[in-house]
Amino acid sequence: MFAQRLASPSTFRTLPAFLMMAIVLPLLAGCGYNTIPTAEENARAAWSEVLNQYQRRADLIPNLVETVKGYASHEKDTLDAVVEARAKATQITITPETLKDPEALKKFQDAQAGLTSALSRLIAVSEAYPDLKANQNFLALQAQLEGTENRIAVSRRDYIQAVRDYNLTLRTFPSVLWATFWFRGNEPFANFTVDEDKMQPPKVDFGTKQGG
Amino acid sequence: MTIPSISLSRPDRFASAVLMAVAVLFSCVMCYAADLPALTGRVVDNAGIIDAATRAALTQKLADFETKGSDQIVVATIPSLDGEEIEPYANRLFRFWKLGQAGENNGVLLLVAPNDRKMRIEVGYGLEGTLTDLHTKLIIENDMVPAFRAGDFSGGIGKAVDDMVMVLEGNPEELEARGKRNPADDSTSIDPIFAVFLILWATMFFGGMAMAFLPPMFGTKLSPGVYKWLGMTFRYGRGPSGYSGSGWTTGSSSGSGWSSGSGSGWSSGSSGGGGFSGGGGSSGGGGSSGSW
Repeated sequence: MFAQRLASPSTFRTLPAFLMMAIVLPLLAGCGYNTIPTAEENARAAWSEVLNQYQRRADLIPNLVETVKGYASHEKDTLDAVVEARAKATQITITPETLKDPEALKKFQDAQAGLTSALSRLIAVSEAYPDLKANQNFLALQAQLEGTENRIAVSRRDYIQAVRDYNLTLRTFPSVLWATFWFRGNEPFANFTVDEDKMQPPKVDFGTKQGG
Repeated sequence: MTIPSISLSRPDRFASAVLMAVAVLFSCVMCYAADLPALTGRVVDNAGIIDAATRAALTQKLADFETKGSDQIVVATIPSLDGEEIEPYANRLFRFWKLGQAGENNGVLLLVAPNDRKMRIEVGYGLEGTLTDLHTKLIIENDMVPAFRAGDFSGGIGKAVDDMVMVLEGNPEELEARGKRNPADDSTSIDPIFAVFLILWATMFFGGMAMAFLPPMFGTKLSPGVYKWLGMTFRYGRGPSGYSGSGWTTGSSSGSGWSSGSGSGWSSGSSGGGGFSGGGGSSGGGGSSGSW
């Protein structure tokens, strides 16, 4: 039997190598080769959702400002502050490619936080105008703004989670092996700080507690 | 003598470590699950504010509505939010219950927390365009707040559900299309061809592996390279031809045991899902909240 195997053509000897490849290549995926790219794409998608929701808020603002202006033209300062904050916030954009830069994210976050506080001042001021509060258009805008703020909060939470997962794959075993040997260009993404989330809750209080 | 004692204690320690890890994991899952109420039906009245007749009527109505357009509406009441805001709680609960069909995300959660005097209508991604934030706001302010102030929880919730259904039925073509895309009995969530393939693959892969390792470990040795296990005789030749020849024939006989076992497992698994459960949808925080 031994002699027979030696005499067999070389194709039979390469067959185990092919079989080995066929088994090992799928196992590569099982060993976590895909973990890092998957987590990275998830984080990028989560970031796109964050941007999408902030954009949605920015799109609502001109309409809101016009509606408020019709009833509360005395509040020029507050209205101007909102317009200015919006202009500032829409100037700073972060593409998924620059997510690794904590400075850029900080700038973006500050600009959006400025818009959040300007908006909550506007809503607080509008409480003093019963005609405005009764306006159907204003009610609709208020409901949309409230919903958008909540969507921003949800998308931020999702992004924080996605980035945490991605950064973990870059730093923990066994995916760290792939990071060092294969994905050398991958760097951890910057994240929203949870503290900031607590200090500046993205939720706007519309005074519905008193008004009902 | 020392070597056997170490080799005896090591599996022991390993086993206890594994047990510990499993226990910790399990307790984590348990405490997370205990945090949120279980999805016991379409009306989960943990605060006990909906009367029995209304609950039965709502359950029936919501079940009928799901068969029509596959939209899942669930009414939930909880006694208290324990200091959490209602928006993140509702979103967490919605995602925990996975309301709405997987591809459509067409679920709606109506949540009432009587001790906090707050309510929220959380809308899944797929229905945000139909049941807009403004709709939900108006339903809360016009249907629920006045009734809740008068202490009529059942009436307010019933009216809110009626109005939500009315809004969702406002676009009948879209509703019908959703219903067609998601037929009601999707009990066979696993493609049968895929299942057969999986069973075949598992039989070949694990059967072959088990054949190679198990008889020498657990079987009785008849002679060098020949083992008897489970009534079968396994021959392990030195050369590759001897091994593969006898290996394949016994492999297929042990494989039949495998396939029948896993086959019955699948069928019982799919028949077990009789009650109501979320379809796998998610929510991105659409809808609105109110208080009374």
